[in-house]
Amino acid sequence: MAHLEIDHVSKAFPTPDGRGEVWVFRDVAFSIARGEFVTMIGHSGCGKSTLLNIVAGLERPSAGGVVLEGREVAGPGMDRMVVFQNFSLMPWMTVADNIRLAVRAAHPDWSRRQVAEDVARYVAMVGLGGAEAKRPAALSGGMRQRVGLARAFSTQPKVLLLDEPFAQIDALTRGVIQDELVRMWMAGRNTVFMVTHDVDEAILLSDRIALMTPGPEARLAEILEVKIPRPRTRAELIDDPEYLRLRTHILKFLVDGGLRPTGDEHELAVSTGRHPVLVRGTDTTGGTRP
Amino acid sequence: MPGERRRVIVYSLLVGVILLAAWQALVGGAPAGKGLPGPLAVARTAVEMLSHPFYDNGPNDKGIGLQLAASLGRLAVGYVAASVVAVVAGVVLGLSPFLYRAVNPYIQVLKPISPLAWMPLFLYTIKDSSTAAVLVIFMSSLWPTLANTAFGVASIKRDYLNVAAILQLSWPRRLVQVVLPAAAPAIVAGLRISIGSAWVAIVAAEMLIGGTGVGYFVWNEWNNLALTSVIFAILAIGLIGVLLDAGLGRLSRRLAYSE
Repeated sequence: MAHLEIDHVSKAFPTPDGRGEVWVFRDVAFSIARGEFVTMIGHSGCGKSTLLNIVAGLERPSAGGVVLEGREVAGPGMDRMVVFQNFSLMPWMTVADNIRLAVRAAHPDWSRRQVAEDVARYVAMVGLGGAEAKRPAALSGGMRQRVGLARAFSTQPKVLLLDEPFAQIDALTRGVIQDELVRMWMAGRNTVFMVTHDVDEAILLSDRIALMTPGPEARLAEILEVKIPRPRTRAELIDDPEYLRLRTHILKFLVDGGLRPTGDEHELAVSTGRHPVLVRGTDTTGGTRP
Repeated sequence: MPGERRRVIVYSLLVGVILLAAWQALVGGAPAGKGLPGPLAVARTAVEMLSHPFYDNGPNDKGIGLQLAASLGRLAVGYVAASVVAVVAGVVLGLSPFLYRAVNPYIQVLKPISPLAWMPLFLYTIKDSSTAAVLVIFMSSLWPTLANTAFGVASIKRDYLNVAAILQLSWPRRLVQVVLPAAAPAIVAGLRISIGSAWVAIVAAEMLIGGTGVGYFVWNEWNNLALTSVIFAILAIGLIGVLLDAGLGRLSRRLAYSE
């Protein structure tokens, strides 16, 4: 039985004039096994962040549903933690307080000392020792997302939902935090569903990669399996023929198959060489494109 | 920059000296007992009053300290009561956009009414002038806090509420850990406006009700034609207003956060 099942989910938003509706994506169906790391990649506007929010229970699907361990997802819950692109830390709380909020929520019966020990453990796990008393505003993007990861992992969720978690982090730090994520995921073996623009990131981290056609009316085009043994390192990856094959395949999909003839609003920045390939644009998580 | 700070202080003192000199020059021509008293006469009264601020020689002759204390006592009761009501109502309205839109027209109508306009109704229904004055303070400090709280709560970033929802925080915890701290800067801004308007209203209310308070004192001294006392009381009212505002200013700096 599938651990997490996305069962023919469709999402429609009302058009700006309020008279009709636009289907962002339709009939997206796939399932994720326990402990699997699945990434969804697609152009801005294909609704992948919306899909992630539906899995999180923060948004409702217009049709279809999400099933986790045989039960339909009806709203947000502690079994599905989200790591947000914009970190979404409480700015009035310190680093430790942000993590403590999650630990206390996950373990309401714990004593103050137990909570404090667990907070310290996760602070250390993401290498934030010494920054416990700082507020998020005093931290770099990379440090903030470490807090975000610690907060999410500290509740030991069944499913981790990563919404472009590295998009706002500088390229050098990104690699370090990606490695930390993999290490934490290997240790806890949570099921992960990630959404990203970054092809290299998807191949480095995922067991499988789901490709979405551009929206509106986006559809799940195919799911690729990443048959590269773990642990993977960036250095080895670059020469791996499987990596090159996947990378070329995904890029071709995004450039040729991915773009509709009229889809010129999708700014596509495909760099050459070893830089990450990014497809830029603003995401339509809360509305539709004209 | 310390240099700039020093220059500001020097300029500020200079403006003060010019104002005092202008005041003295304007009233200096008049003979003693006629016209407005000058700064020196007021200073003499100030020294005299501040040396016995708490004397009590019956209802019409009390020290300025007692009068200010009476006003501040009324302010505290009315202001605290209004703030509690305003924050609670503001949070409810801020969390419910529909309720907010339904209630907002009434708030808009009630907001511009001078708090003193309620005085006759309070006097008629409560029949106690001191309580009526407290209620005037209540009315004067209700709306700014209410409007600011509702606005602050309504504009809390969706992300913070999403995190609270994912963590399944109970409603009391959600309120204390997320909603109130997120809206705190807006709430305190409202409290700061409110205490200013309450302090403005109390003087006028006490002129009407009589008995005690700095407003009554001003009116009583006018009846005695003791203009030095009136001017001194005016300055004292201003000074206390500054202190009240500064206290809330400190609170607002403590609760401020940057994203």
